[in-house]
Amino acid sequence: MSILGVVREGPGERRVAVSPTTVSKILGLGYDVVVEAGAGAASSFPDSAYGEAGARIVDRAEAWSADVVLKVDAPSGDEIALLRAGATLIGLLAPAFRPELLQRLAAQGVTALAMDAVPRISRAQSMDVLSSMANIAGYRAVVEAAHEFGRFFTGQVTAAGKVPPAKVLVAGAGVAGLAAIGAASSLGAIVRATDPRPEVADQVKSIGGEYLEVVVPDEQKEVSADGYAKATSEAYDRRAAEIYSEQAREVDIVITTALIPGRPAPRLITASDVASMKPGSVIVDMAAAQGGNVEGSVAGERIVTENGVVILGYTDLAGRLPAQASQLYGTNLLNLLKLLTPGKDGALTIDFDDVVQRAVTVVRRGEITWPPPPVQVSAAPSAAAPPAAPVDSAPKKTLSAGAKSALIAAGIAALFLVCAFAPAPLPQHFLVLTLSVVVGFYVIGKVAHALHTPLMSVTNAISGIIVVGAMVQITADDPIVRVLSAAAVLVASINVFGGFAVTRRMLAMFQKGGDK
Amino acid sequence: MNPDLASSVAGAAYIVAALLFILSLAGLSKHDTSRRGVAYGIAGMTIALVATVWLTAAGAWGAPAGTIGLSLLVGAVVVGGAIGLWRARVVEMTGMPELIALLHSFVGLAAVLVGWNGHLGTAHVPAELVDIHHAEVFIGVFIGAVTFTGSIVAFLKLSARMSSRPLMLPGKNVLNVGALVAFVALTVWYVITPSIWLLVAVTALALALGWHLVASIGGGDMPVVVSMLNSYSGWAAAAAGFLLNNDLLIVTGALVGSSGAYLSYIMCKAMNRSFLSVIAGGFGIEAPRGGDDETGEHREIDAAGAAELLASAKSVIITPGYGMAVAQAQYPVAELTERLRSRGVEVRFGIHPVAGRLPGHMNVLLAEAKVPYDIVLELDEINDDFADTDVVLVIGANDTVNPAAAEDPGSPIAGMPVLHVWEAANVVVFKRSMASGYAGVQNPLFFRENAHMLFGDAKERVDDILRAL
Repeated sequence: MSILGVVREGPGERRVAVSPTTVSKILGLGYDVVVEAGAGAASSFPDSAYGEAGARIVDRAEAWSADVVLKVDAPSGDEIALLRAGATLIGLLAPAFRPELLQRLAAQGVTALAMDAVPRISRAQSMDVLSSMANIAGYRAVVEAAHEFGRFFTGQVTAAGKVPPAKVLVAGAGVAGLAAIGAASSLGAIVRATDPRPEVADQVKSIGGEYLEVVVPDEQKEVSADGYAKATSEAYDRRAAEIYSEQAREVDIVITTALIPGRPAPRLITASDVASMKPGSVIVDMAAAQGGNVEGSVAGERIVTENGVVILGYTDLAGRLPAQASQLYGTNLLNLLKLLTPGKDGALTIDFDDVVQRAVTVVRRGEITWPPPPVQVSAAPSAAAPPAAPVDSAPKKTLSAGAKSALIAAGIAALFLVCAFAPAPLPQHFLVLTLSVVVGFYVIGKVAHALHTPLMSVTNAISGIIVVGAMVQITADDPIVRVLSAAAVLVASINVFGGFAVTRRMLAMFQKGGDK
Repeated sequence: MNPDLASSVAGAAYIVAALLFILSLAGLSKHDTSRRGVAYGIAGMTIALVATVWLTAAGAWGAPAGTIGLSLLVGAVVVGGAIGLWRARVVEMTGMPELIALLHSFVGLAAVLVGWNGHLGTAHVPAELVDIHHAEVFIGVFIGAVTFTGSIVAFLKLSARMSSRPLMLPGKNVLNVGALVAFVALTVWYVITPSIWLLVAVTALALALGWHLVASIGGGDMPVVVSMLNSYSGWAAAAAGFLLNNDLLIVTGALVGSSGAYLSYIMCKAMNRSFLSVIAGGFGIEAPRGGDDETGEHREIDAAGAAELLASAKSVIITPGYGMAVAQAQYPVAELTERLRSRGVEVRFGIHPVAGRLPGHMNVLLAEAKVPYDIVLELDEINDDFADTDVVLVIGANDTVNPAAAEDPGSPIAGMPVLHVWEAANVVVFKRSMASGYAGVQNPLFFRENAHMLFGDAKERVDDILRAL
């Protein structure tokens, strides 16, 4: 059984890798959990809560010497030195940007799993920490903007005059963008969104935003193959820039979320766009850490421009909701641990044949395994995919109109012939039969679906009428006939009495809402 | 007593009884008139029985055979009636399909016996009608026997005494058609040279055919089968009417036969199946295995999580299926409904036409648990509302909520109307495991992002939710 250590984050990070709720679930996987004293304090998770959940509170050195160390941010050099050789570290390691970190981890002889390297395939969604953090950050971006914005988001008509609703532009409708759209529209603002991927239009609409499409003639619209946005063409960029300039003059809040993996953030809002905005407007640049979508934004800083526009470049938006972020991060972590602990026996195993496990493992026992082989799974239906396979099930044999009428005519003719040539009682019987069949069809035609069972049990009881036939025969001279008739009367009587009784019982149960 | 008077009074009584039966069926098409409908049916049956007993008594009064016959008759009715009433009282509502299937078999058995008597008592048939009489005996016995074994198999399958998997004999269609051809041949032979051995042969043939027809149909298609057997039992009674020269039997049998057939037709439409292939038995088996490999990651939820979802929802739709019946979960579900409604949550039920093992099965179960019927809606009434619904609880239903039917043209159940539960914001699926439904088709609903799986016994899980609320 391995020991799993939850360590305290460095200064400036308010999240913690595991919440007390998650601890109890990790214990269920067979691990022992130790928590560094004060690890959850900034997320409002006191040590006592971890203790109650079943974790042991330990000091820094002991937590770091666990078999598996759980962390949020990448560890510092000092922290890496605390890791035991052969231990496993799980955290946000940004392997694409920090090769030196990987080298140091490799030198320490540990295995490192990067939560931010989870591939975007549907099977791995429950571990996709980038999505869960982006969701929180998007929400927080709106809250930060509302905090800076000197007006309501929602429109109102009051005795003191009419208040127009705020207009919000969200650039990039990824997870963060969608969260921002949802939060802003639920505050009552008019929300517009842009995104180079046309397939997100429906998602934007579904949470209350309006999708501004960048119409570029003669350009094959790109459908992303890996679920992330790609760099765009020149014509597209020109048209998009025009849209941003038009919108900047009009809107009150701009939230930019545009990121392209492995490249600096695209510049969407220029300095002149910012200058054209109304005083008191707010811009939240969620890509500030990667260079910023907005000219003039500074990572981690609040800037006020000459014309009174506030530009927020906070890079710790998710961390500003520490309890929530820790909870979701912990759940993502738990789901990864479930995958890595198939036996639920507290033994962590890494299977390199599994694409998810392969992708998150950036260092294995002192050997750098980044980058993994590419995983190509589209998050959206690919336009290039062949159209749905044609229906190959055999066509149903439906009779043509002509064949149908011919069949009906033949049936009527047969009935006519039988009735015309059959001796006395038969035509009469056929008349009765035919009329009853027709009546039966029409009587049942409009039966309420809910009454199908009672109807069936009543018709069943009625078909017990065969008892009449058996009764007529029971007085015959032949004793065999009498015995057989008696048996028939017996079983048919069960049917008659049972059928009616059970129908009554059923119907007595049906009641309308107000009947009680 | 005067036999002539008795027979003309009986004739009049039969007409009145037939009319009452029609009124009975008509009354049952609406909730408001349904109880009156049953009263009409009982009245009609009473009139018919009293008239028949009187007629029999009038004809047989005084003769020693008649006295024995009459006492046998009374004894049989009393015993049969007592058994029927007893079964009707003690049956569980979840066991309703079995009971009805079993009752159908009694009609079939009675029809066979009446047919045999027709053979044994041919003495007083006018000469020019003897051939027709023989044909009628054969037809009556044949339909009755098919109904008898068919219903027995349906009963065994529904009560899980027999595997509900479809029986797959090689060349089953050839077997069915061959049985019909053999039946026609035997009929002709019998008309020419009546012999008891031919009657034995045709009875055995029909019994085997009835067995095979229903045995080759899977458990999931039982609603259609039961309603079809209902129809067959009607035709069996009508055939007996021809045999005995009795208009009441013909009228009633034809009423039941045609209404049962129409009901089956409605069922077939609801499952997007061909009516003819149902009558022929063993349908939907050669379905291509298209979507089986479609799998993915499903998300689990626990009862507390489901309770949280429900507590914060404004509108909830519950779509029950056979699993609710199996788990006897209707009472906790009703309690959950009441609890949520008292909190101001709009709760409704969406019932698929073929949910359960009997047409209208779910409605009966919900009614038993005192769920008001005006919040229990049909597929067409509720299907457009799923998109505006916060939480859908899928309790023991699978194929009837399978998005593949609507979206995947290659799916075996493509084109079958289904409840569009996946359009709701959240779907909680109560299920024992990840196994496929009766159609054997994997359900992509379980892998949707808005779907949450709640594994375990439906009743226990609903109870857990109630505790957590």
